[in-house]
Amino acid sequence: MSLLSVEKLTKSFGGLTAVSNVNMKIEKGELVGLIGPNGAGKTTLFNLLTGVYVPSSGSIKLNIDGNEKELGGLKSYNVTKAGLARTFQNIRLFKDLTVLDNIRIAMHQNVKYGLTSAFFRSNKFYEEEVRLMKEAEQLLDIFKLTHKKNELAKNLPYGEQRHLEIVRAMATKPVILLLDEPAAGMNPNETLELTNTIAQIRKDFNLTVLLIEHDMSLVMKICERLYVLDYGTLIASGAPSEVRTNKRVIEAYLGEDV
Amino acid sequence: MKVLNKKNIITLVLILVFYSVIQGLISARVINSFYEITIATICINIILAVSLNLVTGFTGQFSLGHAGFMSIGAYAGALTVMNTNSTMGFLAGVLIGAIAAAFVGIIIGIPTLRLKGDYLAIATLGMAEIIRVVFLNMNDITNGAAGLNGIPRYANWLWLFVFTAVTLILINNFIKSSLGRACISIREDEIAAESMGINTTKYKVMAFSIGAFFAGIAGALYSSYFYFIKPDLFGFMKSIDILVIVVFGGMGSITGSIIAAIVLAVVTTFLQSFAALRMIFYALLLIIIMIFRPQGLLGTKEITDLFKFKKKSEKIE
Repeated sequence: MSLLSVEKLTKSFGGLTAVSNVNMKIEKGELVGLIGPNGAGKTTLFNLLTGVYVPSSGSIKLNIDGNEKELGGLKSYNVTKAGLARTFQNIRLFKDLTVLDNIRIAMHQNVKYGLTSAFFRSNKFYEEEVRLMKEAEQLLDIFKLTHKKNELAKNLPYGEQRHLEIVRAMATKPVILLLDEPAAGMNPNETLELTNTIAQIRKDFNLTVLLIEHDMSLVMKICERLYVLDYGTLIASGAPSEVRTNKRVIEAYLGEDV
Repeated sequence: MKVLNKKNIITLVLILVFYSVIQGLISARVINSFYEITIATICINIILAVSLNLVTGFTGQFSLGHAGFMSIGAYAGALTVMNTNSTMGFLAGVLIGAIAAAFVGIIIGIPTLRLKGDYLAIATLGMAEIIRVVFLNMNDITNGAAGLNGIPRYANWLWLFVFTAVTLILINNFIKSSLGRACISIREDEIAAESMGINTTKYKVMAFSIGAFFAGIAGALYSSYFYFIKPDLFGFMKSIDILVIVVFGGMGSITGSIIAAIVLAVVTTFLQSFAALRMIFYALLLIIIMIFRPQGLLGTKEITDLFKFKKKSEKIE
């Protein structure tokens, strides 16, 4: 059984069908790319997977070690609890908070003290806060952001903001990480660094990654398998080398022969 | 790290010193009974402003109905203390008022907190009006428009101080906990917060009802200190007064709210000798602040941050 299986997933907004009848299977540990021309429905598909939109029909099943769970129709925070974490195409950090707070907020769902402990600062409160701090600093270490932990997120350079979004998603302890155009707006050097980071965290945390990307150098280099969307439907899937020569993919990107 | 760490002990000592100084000044009659009323107003306004700040400044939910929760606390507290007429009765009244307000906060919060921005402001405004009209028409219990008179006065400087200090400590603890950070993340970016596993509805309602709880305490203290309440005291203008303190001090700053409550109460007291010009001065002060510091006196910073910054720069040297 695949880790994530999407079956006949459809979303329509009024008369427009943004995603129609999409079938996908993602195995544990894979790094899968989702590509397609602008407006193909990639981000809509992400929003369906992460609970921002409710599917019009179809199912999304997450299978962790035999425990199957339907994600379609769940609220975002429950999808995150189930093990899917995401980043956003247009960066959505908590801009006026520090780097450390951004990460500690993402860790909130695993905090084990309640309202009374918070009000009266029980021993549990102190224990948990110390633990959060330690874990947050470990994560920042891995991404080389430790020296910036007290800076406001909005004051970080663009590339580091993108990195912080990934760190923040990692802080929710996901099983599957969904990256929405992580390399958008980066220069070739930054993209290369990001490519290495993604490969690294995937290895270190035993993660499954699904990423949307327009930068073909990144996609071809690290993705093991690709899904290609056009006008809301899947037009191709397979290894990067196969997809690259697929006629329908070339048509979708460059137009048909005259 | 346990509860009795260095920082908490210092805070406790500061609180006791502050109380003794003011108490000393009252005993020595440096502060006469006229100024004592100003101090009582400051305490009540601090509780109101800090609790509203939790909702509006920290969680980012614009509420125009805070006086409604205050009135619930005021009536519940007044009725309890009138029927028992003892210090225990007064304390029970404060607690009952607070719980009643928090309960109404949850009931009202669940449907209205789905709304955003100005829609939420209007809904909360309507809610406060409904509460006021209900009190106006419950003649048998609340004595209608004439209000409740001769409420026994158990709220004195000691109790006002205790409740203010407890409110400040509890709300500060809440904001600096993981639950408080969850609330702040809603203000920053609701969609991102939800994607990070935070149940935004739950934390909005939580902040709203905690705010209502403390507004209820303020209301009960008010009724007992000023021994007279009527529905009109808790109208739209009262909500605006509280909001002015929060905006003036800075949305998202507890110390800002404290300073603003003190400054505005002192200015009002001082201006009472110039009755005709009072509202003009008051309005001018607010306009000037909004032009030169639109984020309020302290913005989202706290006074204590200034000391932290100093320490850091010393270390670097």
